[in-house]
Amino acid sequence: MKYKRDPELIRDVLGKKIQFILGDMACVYGGLLAGCSFFGGYPITPASEVTEGMARMLPRVKGTYMQMEDEIGSIASVIGASWGGAKSMTATSGPGFSLMMENYGFAVMTETPCVIVNVQRTGPSTGQPTLGAQGDMMQAKWGTHGDFEAIALAPSNVQECMDFTIDAFNLAEKYRNPVCVMADGEIGHLRERVVVPDEKDIKIVDRVPATIDKKKFIPFTNSQTRNSKVPDFPTFGTGYHTYVTGLTHNERGFPATDKQPDHEKLVKRITSKITDDIDKITNVEKLYLDDAKTVFVTYGASARPAESAMEMARAKGKKVGMLRLKLVWPFPYKEIQKLASNVDEIIVPEMNLGQIVHPVREYVEGQCKVVSAPKIGGEMHLPHELYKYLEGK
Amino acid sequence: MPEVRTADKLKKKYLREEMWPTIFCNGCGNGVVLDYAFWAIEELDLDMDKTVFVSGIGCSSRLPGYINADGLHTTHGRSIAFATGIKAANPDLNIIIFTGDGDCTGIGGNHFIHAARRNIDVTVILINNFTYGMTGGQLAPTAPLGSIATTAPYGNIEHPFDICELAKALGANYVARWSVTYPYQPIKSVKEAIQKKGFSMIEFLSPCPTAYGRRNKLGDIKKHWKWYDDNTILIEEYNKIMEYGTDEEKEKIKNKIQLGVFQDIEKPGFFEQYEKLVERLQTKKDKGMKK
Repeated sequence: MKYKRDPELIRDVLGKKIQFILGDMACVYGGLLAGCSFFGGYPITPASEVTEGMARMLPRVKGTYMQMEDEIGSIASVIGASWGGAKSMTATSGPGFSLMMENYGFAVMTETPCVIVNVQRTGPSTGQPTLGAQGDMMQAKWGTHGDFEAIALAPSNVQECMDFTIDAFNLAEKYRNPVCVMADGEIGHLRERVVVPDEKDIKIVDRVPATIDKKKFIPFTNSQTRNSKVPDFPTFGTGYHTYVTGLTHNERGFPATDKQPDHEKLVKRITSKITDDIDKITNVEKLYLDDAKTVFVTYGASARPAESAMEMARAKGKKVGMLRLKLVWPFPYKEIQKLASNVDEIIVPEMNLGQIVHPVREYVEGQCKVVSAPKIGGEMHLPHELYKYLEGK
Repeated sequence: MPEVRTADKLKKKYLREEMWPTIFCNGCGNGVVLDYAFWAIEELDLDMDKTVFVSGIGCSSRLPGYINADGLHTTHGRSIAFATGIKAANPDLNIIIFTGDGDCTGIGGNHFIHAARRNIDVTVILINNFTYGMTGGQLAPTAPLGSIATTAPYGNIEHPFDICELAKALGANYVARWSVTYPYQPIKSVKEAIQKKGFSMIEFLSPCPTAYGRRNKLGDIKKHWKWYDDNTILIEEYNKIMEYGTDEEKEKIKNKIQLGVFQDIEKPGFFEQYEKLVERLQTKKDKGMKK
């Protein structure tokens, strides 16, 4: 379907402004609000509700929903749709995320904007399908082969499932990179109050389409119309005759597989187009950091018990704070460096055996103590479990 | 006088000359298939601004690179799933997929099956050379019994795939098979496939003297072409012999690979159905459909 975003129709389909909905469903709402017009998915717990929600709602806003044959097909169709001019998205969980890794890299290499919602469950392998985890955080950063920059957001509540899915589309469009919404089974299957934002309150970013003379257009280089390392987008069917390949390619998009400088130039551009903008992209929440001596650095569902533990400690006069990473990748290293020089200890609660604690340690560079607070098995940390890490401080 | 078919005639119009020369070996059939496609496109007067060529990985999947049009050279086996997304985003585009036997029916079998079942409106041009040519001649799912591959050094003991039978069973709207030894029929077939609404697939038997022929006493391209002549039969002829022939005649042809158009039907395509669904939902909108 050729699609035009119709804000009135979208709100008509979404219904009331204030609702009590599932985290997975909030990702659907975010997608529709952002202008998603293609969704390719495959059922998997605990992300199936995103796919089901899209199946119900996307045809009603005149977008295209397709249930594909597997997750490899899902992400492939999503990338294809993006080149056809759609804002496109898929949703999955661990095993499906693993299947998507090759084409995730294809999206990076071909600079294809698209959104992947990963409602994480425990692993490895089939793990605990119905239970939440944060075990794919490193996979989002390193899961596909080769060097690349990931962009990944981690919602801590249902409202953020909606808001971050919109953000994910905007970041994908701006940087022409796949963007992951790294939710987890806890948040995906949680029901909370959400407020559907008014049209005037949401920011919608669209990729910059190629407009210059077709003979002068160079598809895989810095933009020829703006000061940006992100090239303008030659949507298929607009006459630019662009060749898009996952092979290392030169500026014209043609295979350049046997020379070192071609590869270095390409990969450095597609990584630095993101890292150059780290200050603009970084998105953290800071709680009591002015006087805190012990700080939780956390994200996603883990931030909820961490916040409770922090409040418990504050009530007893302990100087505890929290830095919540709303955007985990690219890693907000400057925030960590700043923090490390001001505090005695950083505690990193995660629903895995310790993943984001590693980049934290890397950027703390020994300036303060870093403690991993892992919990696995599909249960969130309890506030008092995290409080124990604060005892005596 | 009939028009003379030369590569030169259409070169300027359809080839992406910056990509020349090709990576293909002497005797390779990929260029012949590309030539069929160009002639079909020329005769249909297809708008190259509205035509996208999609492929996976392998020698045949390099073809879109040589065509002056939009091209998406995807990951191994996945071209049809990518193409599905492009078509979904813009149904006005003509989608032509170049793929190989390993790409489409080995690693990519699942996508092929489901695109055919859904009747996605794309044209698949599958070039079957019985081998994984780009990686040096490993065993393909289409390799004849007893043939030699680097990964079947003592002869293939697996039963080969009949891709057209599969496509027919899945209800594809158009299914045909030719070998590159035929000069004209394949062009007509490619034209029919492109014009066909819904899923269309043409399989081309195409030589790979380097990776397959050399190991199977068909390294000489003339011998390779003769193998096709000796081992293929037109479907019409096959049916005639099976109906009226003697037992001896039947025995002689029963294992030959059939060529021709095997299926040509009109089932509504996926996106045609989808548009109707969307319309239906819009008319119901005012009746307060449950969210």
